[in-house]
Amino acid sequence: MTSMLRSLWAYRGFILGSVKREFQSKYRNSLLGMGWSVINPLAMIVVYTVIFSQVMKAKLPGVDTTFAYSIYLCSGVLTWGLFSEMMTRSQNLFLDNANLLKKINFPRIILPIVVVLSSVLNFSIVSTLFIFFLLLTGNFPGWVIVASIPIIALQIVFTMGLGMVVGVLNVFFRDVGQFSGIFLQFWFWLTPVVYPVSILPHAIKPYLSLNPMVVIIESYQTIFVNQEWPDWSSLWPTFFLALALCLLGMHLFRNHVGEMVDEL
Amino acid sequence: MGTITVSELGKAYKQYPNRWSRLIEWLKSGRVKRHQLKWVLQDISFTVKAGEAVGIIGINGAGKSTLLKLITGTTRPTTGSVHMTGRVAALLELGMGFHPDFTGRQNAFMSAQLMGISSDEIMRQMPEIEAFAEIGEYIDQPVRVYSSGMQMRLAFSVATAMRPEILIVDEALSVGDAYFQHKSFDRIRQFQKAGTTLLIVSHDKAAIQSICDQAILLKAGRLVMQGKPEAVMDYYNAISAAHQQQEIGQFILANGSIQTVSGNRQASIESALLTDTSDQKIEILEVGSTVRLVVEAWALSDLPELVLGFMIKDRLGQPVFGTNSHHCRQPLAQIKKGKRIRYVFEFNANIGPGHYTIALALHTKDTHLENNYEWRDQALLFEVVNNQQDEFVGTAWLKPSLKIYL
Repeated sequence: MTSMLRSLWAYRGFILGSVKREFQSKYRNSLLGMGWSVINPLAMIVVYTVIFSQVMKAKLPGVDTTFAYSIYLCSGVLTWGLFSEMMTRSQNLFLDNANLLKKINFPRIILPIVVVLSSVLNFSIVSTLFIFFLLLTGNFPGWVIVASIPIIALQIVFTMGLGMVVGVLNVFFRDVGQFSGIFLQFWFWLTPVVYPVSILPHAIKPYLSLNPMVVIIESYQTIFVNQEWPDWSSLWPTFFLALALCLLGMHLFRNHVGEMVDEL
Repeated sequence: MGTITVSELGKAYKQYPNRWSRLIEWLKSGRVKRHQLKWVLQDISFTVKAGEAVGIIGINGAGKSTLLKLITGTTRPTTGSVHMTGRVAALLELGMGFHPDFTGRQNAFMSAQLMGISSDEIMRQMPEIEAFAEIGEYIDQPVRVYSSGMQMRLAFSVATAMRPEILIVDEALSVGDAYFQHKSFDRIRQFQKAGTTLLIVSHDKAAIQSICDQAILLKAGRLVMQGKPEAVMDYYNAISAAHQQQEIGQFILANGSIQTVSGNRQASIESALLTDTSDQKIEILEVGSTVRLVVEAWALSDLPELVLGFMIKDRLGQPVFGTNSHHCRQPLAQIKKGKRIRYVFEFNANIGPGHYTIALALHTKDTHLENNYEWRDQALLFEVVNNQQDEFVGTAWLKPSLKIYL
């Protein structure tokens, strides 16, 4: 473990460089360049807010403000965006870098770290815009917003663990990647991101606790829509699951990283 | 620093009878074995001392590249281990990981970082990398507009910017133009002089023989011979020629080298020898002496035309001088079957000291391409010595005179 940290430190230049390069490469040959990295999420937020609050006049049951549903939607969709970006990139992580893995000897653990960092970088742009929007419309939740930091951290750890498991397995069984793509779509609709929990039939509700993402998304919604502190105790199962997935992911990675190169 | 110890190294790939077998094996976590091992390398042990240069040779598929990958650590060994001391640089796949949309400078930076070199160090080396690559203003252009040679130049310059204790070179080196090949080879030689240990895979005999102290021959994943480069090379030639015997005759000469004979056998070379001006057979001659090449040819069928050519080649097989009876304006026409012809070429051996071979060919017109009766490589071997002239180097003797004006 310490040797792994030490090699990460030694390669910090490469890690930061990769994140930077990845970020730049997206808009490399465009005139507006980095501008697009702001315009894209901005457009998304505008769609969710203007369309839903002004055009469709969608209302959240129990909350009366104009932007309530838009905020509800954004707090779920934007964070889900981080989750799904990390997942899709993790599952193809080793396949996409096959050439590098086969030809150059470097600490392989760098690759997932780069994925995490560049996803977080993209997310930070979106969330900054979202916070601006909250400030502009007078919906800023105040001090409670601090609570979103440990929850995002938990979400990242959970996604890292799951992503690592899926990423390693996908090298040996390509079906895993295909399946995970489909599974993510179902998962999105099985989580109350777009719709409120209250519209679900009573019979289904107990099963929601089996979905580890529900408590995370609910926490964001509590913070931004209700402007309240989340229910910390509800997060414990997801927290332990996240730890278990990280351990499993590391275990799979360590045991199969050598064999992986032969498979690519 | 700079030693390589390879002990009982082996590499096997797992082969599964079908896709489900691996899943079954994983699910039963190692209690059942459904795969077979396909060994590509077995029982490889050798050590390379600091500052030594070792060449690895073998036919395609013998396991050379796998061995290098195991040594550099990109692939993990199935058995055995590799132990190295000192910083290692590998020139395996030059330009790996270059991103086409980024400039040469940015890519150079990234690939140096990938080798674990710190940013400060790269900054310091950058002017030197630029100067060595000699790609001018392209350094600030995106790599996608580079020619493959330019990419190679940049990649080589980055990989060798700092002298490593161990340098591992794959055949990749033979890309690029002659000028840069020469330049990169010079750099490798400099590293060697400064004490870098070299491990080289190459098919270039001359390169292996001129750089390496030792050679290792791999055959079907096993180390079959290790020793002086010349000896290993000769053995390699012998085994790699073994399967060609049906088409082309090959004979191992007294000195261990191999003579190749090809042709349609409508005429043959009966004898060939070098003599001095008094017709005494010679094998060692003085620089500048007059010698005769006497060749007897035999027409095995009726021939419309007959030309005899000879080519003197140096130790590395490079042509030194060659001509034929057509160029000497004496082609023979309408030869009857069974006719024996004696050719005598006379020339001054204005060539430098060293070992040479003579190849002979019987054909029509000015080359053997159209009608090759017989082509005989290494028909004669001779040595040139310099006892009478002032010392000089090279294969040509230009008989200089010198005047100095003060």
